[in-house]
Amino acid sequence: MDKNRNAKNYWKENKKYLLILLGIWFIISFGAGILFKDYLNNFHLGGFKLGFWFAQQGSIYIFVLLIFIYIRLMNKLDKKYGYSEDDTD
Amino acid sequence: MSIEVWTWLLVGISFALYFGIAIWARAGSTKDFYVAGGGVSPLANGMATAADWMSAASFISMAGIISFSGYDGSVYLMGWTGGYVLLALLLAPYLRKFGKFTVPDFIGDRYYSNTARTVAIICALIVSFTYVAGQMRGVGIVFSQFLQVEINLGVIIGMIVVLIFAFLGGMKGITYTQVAQYCVLIFAFMVPAIFISIQMTGNPLPQIGMGGRVEDGTFLLEKLDNLHTQLGFNEYTSGTKSTWDVFAITLALMAGTSGLPHVIVRFFTVPKVRDARKSAGWALLLIAILYTTAPAVSVFARTNLIETVSETPYAEIPEWFKNWENTGLIAWTDKNNDGKIQYLKGEAVNEKPLFTEKRGAYGQRMVSNATTNENELYVDRDIMVLANPEIAQLPNWVIGLVAAGGLAAALSTAAGLLLVISTSISHDLLKKQLKPDITDKQELLAARISILIAVLIAGLFGIYPPGFVAAVVALAFGLAAASFFPAIVLGIFDKRMNKEGAIAGMTVGISLMLFYMVRFKTGLWGIMEPLPSSEWWFGISPEGFGTIAMFINIALSIIVSRFTAAPPDEVQDIVEKIRIPSGAGKATEH
Repeated sequence: MDKNRNAKNYWKENKKYLLILLGIWFIISFGAGILFKDYLNNFHLGGFKLGFWFAQQGSIYIFVLLIFIYIRLMNKLDKKYGYSEDDTD
Repeated sequence: MSIEVWTWLLVGISFALYFGIAIWARAGSTKDFYVAGGGVSPLANGMATAADWMSAASFISMAGIISFSGYDGSVYLMGWTGGYVLLALLLAPYLRKFGKFTVPDFIGDRYYSNTARTVAIICALIVSFTYVAGQMRGVGIVFSQFLQVEINLGVIIGMIVVLIFAFLGGMKGITYTQVAQYCVLIFAFMVPAIFISIQMTGNPLPQIGMGGRVEDGTFLLEKLDNLHTQLGFNEYTSGTKSTWDVFAITLALMAGTSGLPHVIVRFFTVPKVRDARKSAGWALLLIAILYTTAPAVSVFARTNLIETVSETPYAEIPEWFKNWENTGLIAWTDKNNDGKIQYLKGEAVNEKPLFTEKRGAYGQRMVSNATTNENELYVDRDIMVLANPEIAQLPNWVIGLVAAGGLAAALSTAAGLLLVISTSISHDLLKKQLKPDITDKQELLAARISILIAVLIAGLFGIYPPGFVAAVVALAFGLAAASFFPAIVLGIFDKRMNKEGAIAGMTVGISLMLFYMVRFKTGLWGIMEPLPSSEWWFGISPEGFGTIAMFINIALSIIVSRFTAAPPDEVQDIVEKIRIPSGAGKATEH
C-alpha cells in the first residue's frame, strides 16, 4: 500500500514538472517565435529582430536548456522517492 | 591539390574509418543486432542519435531551404529541435523502462493486440520508406557531384556501402559508425561556416556573426533585407506563410520527430532510464550545434549569392556558376538580351529547367521552358550548402570536406532507417506473428535478408524517383505525427486507453493524412491532379496537416476508449511500471 502511494506521488510530481517545462517550451517556440513574432520584431538583439531571433536561434538554446533542467529535476526526484538507479544496481 | 583529389582523399579516409568500426563491432546476437546489446554509453548514444537524426535533408537541404524562404524556414529549425523536447520528456524514459526492441513491440504489448501491432508495423514501414527514399537520392546527388559520376551510379555506390555496414554490424555496428559519422559531419558543416562568418562579419561564431555587422557598418540581416526589398523579394526576416500554417507545420514536425521509429529505437540501446534521459539531452545539444549554425549559413549564402550574381555579366561569372549550370542545378536565360544576370522575384522557369542541346550567345545552356517574368535565374535550393564554400572562395580541402560530411549525414540516416525496416519485418512480423518458434540465428538471418531487400527497394526509389518522392519526404513527419505519436503518448499517460481507442485513432489518423497528401500535394498517378492551395482546409498546408490529423487521432482515441472495455489488469500494471524507473519495477512485481 505504501509503495503504491509512493509511486502515485512520484508520478504526480513528475507530471507537475512536465507541465511547467512544456509550458515554457510552448511559450518560447509557439509564443515568441510564431504568434507574437511580429510584435517582438519591434525590439532588437544586436543585429537580430527579436521575434526572428527567437524563431531561428533562441528557441533552440532554450530547448537544450529545458532537457538538461529536466534531467536534473528527475534525478533529484528519483532520489527523493528512492527510485534512483544507482542504489539498486 | 585540386578539389577532386581532396574529395577522394577525405571521403576515402572517412569511409575506411566507418568500415573499420563496422568490422570491429560485429553483431553476435539478435540483441546486439537490434539494440546494440543495450550497453551503449549516453554520450555515444547521443552522438549516434544525432547522426541518425541529421539526415541529408538537415545537412544538404535545410540551410538552402531557409536561404530561399527566410523566416518561413524557422518551421524546420524549431520543429526538428523542439520535437526532441517532447521525445525526452514524454517518450524516451518510459519506452526505455518498457524495455523492448521496437515501437510496434510497445504498441502491440501496451494494446494487447496483434491488430494494433500490425497497424503500427504498417505505419512504421510507410514512414521509414518515404524517409529513406529521400536519403538514397541525397547519397546519389553527393556522389555524382563530387566524384563526377552519373547520379544513378552514385545511388548504387551508396546502396553497396550502406549494405555492407548494416549487414556486418546491425545496431551495434551502426551505432559506433554513427558516432564517427557525427564527428565527420559536424566538422564538415562547421569549418566552412566559421570561415565564411569571419570573412563576412569578422566574428568566428556563425551564431553571433549572423547578427553582426558587415564591413560598411550595417547589420548583415538589415543589409540582406534591403537587398531583398530592392530586388522585389519579400523581406528575409518576415515570412510569406500565414501564422497558423507556420504554427501547424511546426507542431506537425515536432510531434513527427518524436514519433519517428528510427529515432525512438535509439533509446532502447542505453542501459538505464536515467541514461535514456541523459542521452536525449546529449543528442539535442549535439544537434543544436548544427541547427543554430544552419540559419547563419543561410544568411551568409543568400547575401553572397545575390551580391555575386545580381546584374553581373555572364561573361564575368565565376567558375562555380558554370559548373553547377553543367549539372543542371543552375540555369540562366537572358530574357532582356543585355548579357547580365537579373535575379528578381518570380520563377525563372516552369518548375525545373528543361535544357536544349544548344548553347547561347555567351556559352550559357539554353532552356526551353523559361517563363515570361523578368527573373532570369534558376537556382536549385539543394546546392546552397554544397556550393557555399566555392561561392565564398574557400580552400579546396574545405570543399572536399563538405562532400565527406554530406555523405556521412545521408549514410548514417539511411542505415538507421533500413535497420528499422528490417526489424519491423524480421522481429515484429515474423518472430512475433507469423513464425514465433524461429531461433535467434534464423531471426538474425531474416533480419539481414530484409535489410538486403529494403536496400534494393530504397535504391530503386533513388534511381527512379517517382516524381512525388521529394514532396513526400517532408510528409513522413506528418504521417508519424498522425499515427504513432498519439498512440505512444496516450499509452503512457492515459491508463484507461485501450486497444479499440488506439487502433481507431491510428487508422483514422494515418488514413486522413494520406488522403490529404494525395488530394493536395501528390495527386494520384495521372488519375487525379493535386488541388491548389486555395482549396486547403482551414488554410493549412499538407505539411502542416499532420497537426490536425494528430488532434483528430487523440480525440477519437479518447472517445472510443471511454465507450469500450477498460484494458486488462496486467496491462494497467505495465503502465504503472513504466512510469517509474527500474528500482520500483522489481517492487511492484511481488
